[in-house]
Amino acid sequence: MRWLRDPSFWVSVLIVALAGAWPLVTGSASGREDMSLILMFVILASSLNIVLGYTGYVNFGHIVFFGLGGYIGFYLISQMGWHLIPAAIAGAIVTALFAAVLGAIILRLRGAYFALATIGVNEAVRALIVNWDALGGAVGMTMNFKRYQAYGGPMNALWVAYGLMIVVALLSVITSYGVRTSKFGLGLLAIREDEDAALVLGIAAPKAKTIAFVLSAIFPALAGALFFFKNGNIEPGDAFRLHMSVEGIVMIMLGGYGTVLGPIVGAATYERLRGYLLTSPIFKDLQLAFAGVLLLLIIIFVPSGLVGWLRNRFPKVRRVLA
Amino acid sequence: MDVLLPSLVDGLLIGFVYGLAAMGLTLIFGVMDVVNLSHGALIVLGMFGVYLLYTALGLPPYVGLFIMLIAGILLGMALYGIAIHPLLGGPHLSTLLSTFAVSMVIIGVGTALFTSTPRNIDFSLGAVQVGNIRLLGTRVVAAFVAIIMAVGLYVFMYRTHTGKSIRAVANNRDAAELVGIPSRRILALSFGLGTMLAMVSGGLIATLFPFNILSGGVYELKSFVICVLGGMGNPTGALLGGLILGLIEGFVPVFMPVGWTPVIEFTLFVIILLVRPSGLLGAR
Amino acid sequence: MSVILEIDHVTKRFGGLIAVNEVSFLLEEGEILGLIGPNGAGKTTLFNCINGVYAPEEGRILFRGHDITGKPPYAVARMGIARAHQVVRPLNELSVLDNVTVGACYGRENLSLGEGRRVAEEVLEFVGLAEKRDVLAGKLNVAEKKRLEMARALAARPYLLLLDEVLAGLNPAEVASMLNVIRAIREQGITILMIEHLMHAVMNVSDRIVVLDYGKKIAEGSPKEVANDPKVIEAYLGDPELALSLLEEGK
Repeated sequence: MRWLRDPSFWVSVLIVALAGAWPLVTGSASGREDMSLILMFVILASSLNIVLGYTGYVNFGHIVFFGLGGYIGFYLISQMGWHLIPAAIAGAIVTALFAAVLGAIILRLRGAYFALATIGVNEAVRALIVNWDALGGAVGMTMNFKRYQAYGGPMNALWVAYGLMIVVALLSVITSYGVRTSKFGLGLLAIREDEDAALVLGIAAPKAKTIAFVLSAIFPALAGALFFFKNGNIEPGDAFRLHMSVEGIVMIMLGGYGTVLGPIVGAATYERLRGYLLTSPIFKDLQLAFAGVLLLLIIIFVPSGLVGWLRNRFPKVRRVLA
Repeated sequence: MDVLLPSLVDGLLIGFVYGLAAMGLTLIFGVMDVVNLSHGALIVLGMFGVYLLYTALGLPPYVGLFIMLIAGILLGMALYGIAIHPLLGGPHLSTLLSTFAVSMVIIGVGTALFTSTPRNIDFSLGAVQVGNIRLLGTRVVAAFVAIIMAVGLYVFMYRTHTGKSIRAVANNRDAAELVGIPSRRILALSFGLGTMLAMVSGGLIATLFPFNILSGGVYELKSFVICVLGGMGNPTGALLGGLILGLIEGFVPVFMPVGWTPVIEFTLFVIILLVRPSGLLGAR
Repeated sequence: MSVILEIDHVTKRFGGLIAVNEVSFLLEEGEILGLIGPNGAGKTTLFNCINGVYAPEEGRILFRGHDITGKPPYAVARMGIARAHQVVRPLNELSVLDNVTVGACYGRENLSLGEGRRVAEEVLEFVGLAEKRDVLAGKLNVAEKKRLEMARALAARPYLLLLDEVLAGLNPAEVASMLNVIRAIREQGITILMIEHLMHAVMNVSDRIVVLDYGKKIAEGSPKEVANDPKVIEAYLGDPELALSLLEEGK
């Protein structure tokens, strides 16, 4: 296997695996919650990066996949009594189908028009769910505590969900690496640089973009099912928060657009920074404004992000940091 | 019919204000190809500007609006220098993010200062009765102000030298540079005008509905829908789009639960993007 | 010799404007056919019809016996038609090697990434860009970008190569070396259809010439025949400099 001999593959995978395993070793519940959030951000950012960083399409509606996977998973567990794993997988399959249909339609749009359409899709789906009484409408749904018995009680269920979150995070990072280093990924990069030229070079862009879109939809859908299972309730406002898509974009920019490691580094940095700002007495009230200033500085002065900057500045590290 | 007509007229009046807000967004897109994600935050800034001038200094809202008009141009030109100019020519993503960053800063500072408590401007102009339709004075005036502003913008764009320069830069920046139009100044001014329209319409909305520091998001989304209805980059289309959106909002609740309005709006939005990306008025 | 490309009464309109008007000609395997004509004659539009960027309203285009009219550009590319654009379109943020690898991987032979890299390195050697392989394409100078454009098209291992003004903007030394590359490509058995404004170059390198004016084919033949054709000279009168160089070629 070419991958297994590539140091940059191991760097990305081991960072996620080791960080993810840490709370399992210490057994700390608060450590688990922090890391769970970071892993979820890693999943959101790495998967979004396939469309945004590799293919060059700005998707503000990435969170719609998270919300859909979350809703379907939650419904199957709480109302139909399914087990978490099949419910999450079913959510991911339906979400992937949704992404395939949606992608085939809206990926015809380019640039700002695509970005706007994704906002519209997110808001339309959210508004639809708000009106959908079987899914609890605007109030959402709450998990009956008895459901957690199957996982050894509510406490244990949290650890189960966490373990699965590590698995999904690893899968999303491995997928991101796999795409980035494949012929398919090279085609996506060509589309990002100049779609018309890519078409003339023989890349079936409509199909390639749709596949990328579907791949990017699977992992947030799984993460959504795990997150809301752990959360115990789900409502449209939490599931389809437009803001979270943008946070995902910020993480990617912070770490490095179009790289495998960038979204991982960006997700961790962003979560830590936000955690610090939220608890710091000086910045507590101003955390959003502070993050905004930081984002602006990054875009203007380090547009390629942390990992991108390192790769450009020190070409030798490219072997290690994909 | 008894419910429908008043509801439609109301929708139409509000539609003018929506249209005005969207003109700001569409103007900026048309001139510099930038989707301004700080649009909603700027609308909120206009709301709070008028609100604070009214509550703290006792200035009538329509005087406050005039101050927002000037403040908007100046703020917009400053924002252009900070968040847009250094990034023009780069990928689309960079200005999307920089304007979003501006929005984070405005909303962040605003939340710290004002929390997210709902506010409203306690100001009334009474009502007029036309047949069986009762029109709130503030709504009539808001629509009137929006129309004046829209006409003013039109005259500015088509009758003045500066306005013509803006249109030239929008058409072809390089060619405009070649004939000696200082594109940097023109772009800054356009961003200023866009910001001004956002803030003034925010001020108008504040006289109609309660709001809080986070209200901008809703109106920003409405502006997107309107811009797409009217064609991105087409200010006249934006006004028409605003009226259509206002009518939908007046029309839908008469027939189905009001919660379905956004479903219809956003579905329409995506469909129009797909089948007529240049808007209802534009060529196919 | 067999016919590789048949343009059969192709018409392309934009609104009321007829950009290409009932144009027909044949291209033999292994030849270099020059496509000339004043600005706006419809040459690039015809290229766009051939490689699927536009679908012509009327007429057919047959490539190696298959009807490719209206097929999407990527399908046409896979069948073995590659193109170098007039305005170069490097994939700026990718390295020179990656640019050419894209051409190889998605071209006629549909190579794997590893094979594509190998072909790309060979082609870079062939066009003389080997030492720039790791440079970002956006950082190349104009002449290098033209070579890259050519290399990317060649890496696709096409049967037919469409060259759209690959000599424009080059200095005389660069033109000479690019002409050598073009001849060497023909030696490999690749058929070439080239648009060129540089009259002495196109007359020199082409086996036959087709002349377009206002979307219509007004002449076809050997370089000498075409250069002496009064209709052609008349068409170029709007452009005295070109007309003069055309007359010189005719002598």
